[in-house]
Amino acid sequence: MKLIIATIKPFKLEEVREALTEAGVRGLMVTEIKGFGAQSGHTEIYRGAEYVVNFVPKVKLELVVADNVADQLVEVISKTAQTGKIGDGKIFVLDVEQAVRVRTGETGEDAI
Amino acid sequence: MNKLKYIPLATAIALVPTLGAAQDAEFASLAQTTFIFNTLLFLIGGFLVFWMAAGFAMLEAGLVRSKNVTTQLTKNMGLFGIAAIMYWLIGYNVMYPGDGNWMMDGVLGTIAPKDIKTDIDAGGYSNASDFFFQLMFCATTASIVSGTLAERVKLWPFLIFVVVLTGLIYPIEASWQWGGGFLSAMGFSDFAGSTLVHAAGGFAALAGVIILGPRIGKYAKDGRVVPMPGSSLPLATLGTFILWMGWFGFNGASQLAMGTLEDVDAVAQIFANTNMAAAAGAVAALILTQVLYRKVDLTMVLNGALAGLVSITAGPLDPTLFGALWIGAVGGVIVVFAVPFLDKLKIDDVVGAIPVHLVAGFWGTLVVPVYTDGTSFVTQIIGFVAIGAFVFISSFIVFSILKAVMGIRVSEEAEIQGLDTTELGMEAYPEFSKG
Repeated sequence: MKLIIATIKPFKLEEVREALTEAGVRGLMVTEIKGFGAQSGHTEIYRGAEYVVNFVPKVKLELVVADNVADQLVEVISKTAQTGKIGDGKIFVLDVEQAVRVRTGETGEDAI
Repeated sequence: MNKLKYIPLATAIALVPTLGAAQDAEFASLAQTTFIFNTLLFLIGGFLVFWMAAGFAMLEAGLVRSKNVTTQLTKNMGLFGIAAIMYWLIGYNVMYPGDGNWMMDGVLGTIAPKDIKTDIDAGGYSNASDFFFQLMFCATTASIVSGTLAERVKLWPFLIFVVVLTGLIYPIEASWQWGGGFLSAMGFSDFAGSTLVHAAGGFAALAGVIILGPRIGKYAKDGRVVPMPGSSLPLATLGTFILWMGWFGFNGASQLAMGTLEDVDAVAQIFANTNMAAAAGAVAALILTQVLYRKVDLTMVLNGALAGLVSITAGPLDPTLFGALWIGAVGGVIVVFAVPFLDKLKIDDVVGAIPVHLVAGFWGTLVVPVYTDGTSFVTQIIGFVAIGAFVFISSFIVFSILKAVMGIRVSEEAEIQGLDTTELGMEAYPEFSKG
């Protein structure tokens, strides 16, 4: 099993969810996050005082999937979330040792 | 619009036969009608100004960070209740001693609750309506202070200051003008309180903030100003619109009479001018922030509208609509420059009350002679300085005593954590933070 972690632009979330559902994904964890990467921050003015916004809002997706579909799903996310402009986000893939479905006690790929 | 004019007339004609029987019924005499309309003006004006307390509460709730919202709302409720009681107990009689009741002639009135029962035949209005109306102005003065000192002043020392402000400081300085004291004898002119209410509140706030100091982290060691954006711009905007609405009562009912055609026309002109000044203040701030910062700053636009209102308050009757426009617009411009200027002086005014009420209050007071006959720039300045100095010095003394006796500032830890959890143990948005 693989854990796919993807950070994407918030407005892309719905599109990515649809694409993943079409590709057969049955579960997804979503968190609103802030961070910085190549996009870094920008300057704003509030009541006459300049300040730097260091962190940009993003959405983080986490999904655990079977080994044989991981590459395909990464491709789906990457294609759907892409705008071609700076700040589109990143995708990481990690190995997962075990998964358990709490309700039934199923383990491994049966649980995801 | 024109169509509507004929409807009441048609209705009246239709009703004439049925009214025949009532012809003999007693009609109110002119004097009684005058009494009724004057009283009505005070009551309507009074509850409009009362509603400004809600405006201040929402404006301040929106401009403080979410960790201090409950405390700010508590201060606003507390100060209004205290103002209402203190104005009855001491303030009203200090402010309006009447002939022969001054303890120091023209300077200090009588300290004792004043009877507000009316000898109906005697006056042009109900005394209770006057008390109700004037009380709201006293509470407004206190509301101005709470915004400046937000996010770090302790609840109880602040409320004790409000006791002194609403019982003594405000009524004393207001008696100098509206109570028939020495400033009115000099020819000073302040129709609805650019100086008496707004600048006075601003001076009390200034004294407090100097003793209190800025919020932790507001001014970085390298001299940078660190913005601390407020928790809710929708609330701040609602608060500003509420204040704008309340101001019609604040200025309009300060005509103090509605029993003649001239008076009711004056009230209507004041409404129109008041609205124009607010609109011009908002537009001026809108354009100026766009030009200066390349982006409009809503918080400045809100302050700009309020500064326009404060600017027209000293003389809302005499200017033309164009006069109200430029007077209000200058108020809006003043705010956009005064806010960063105060930050340069490291005076941390959370909601911009000092630029809006003190600085624009000075402008509004100063500009009165342009449109009002019988006033002079020199007398306007003397009046402003006299009231400003008295309020600033007395407030400074009271805050200094409070600081020495009980401390006026929360601990560093409490300030960082937020006053809502440390002072009250009650958060404004508990579900949001705890899930």
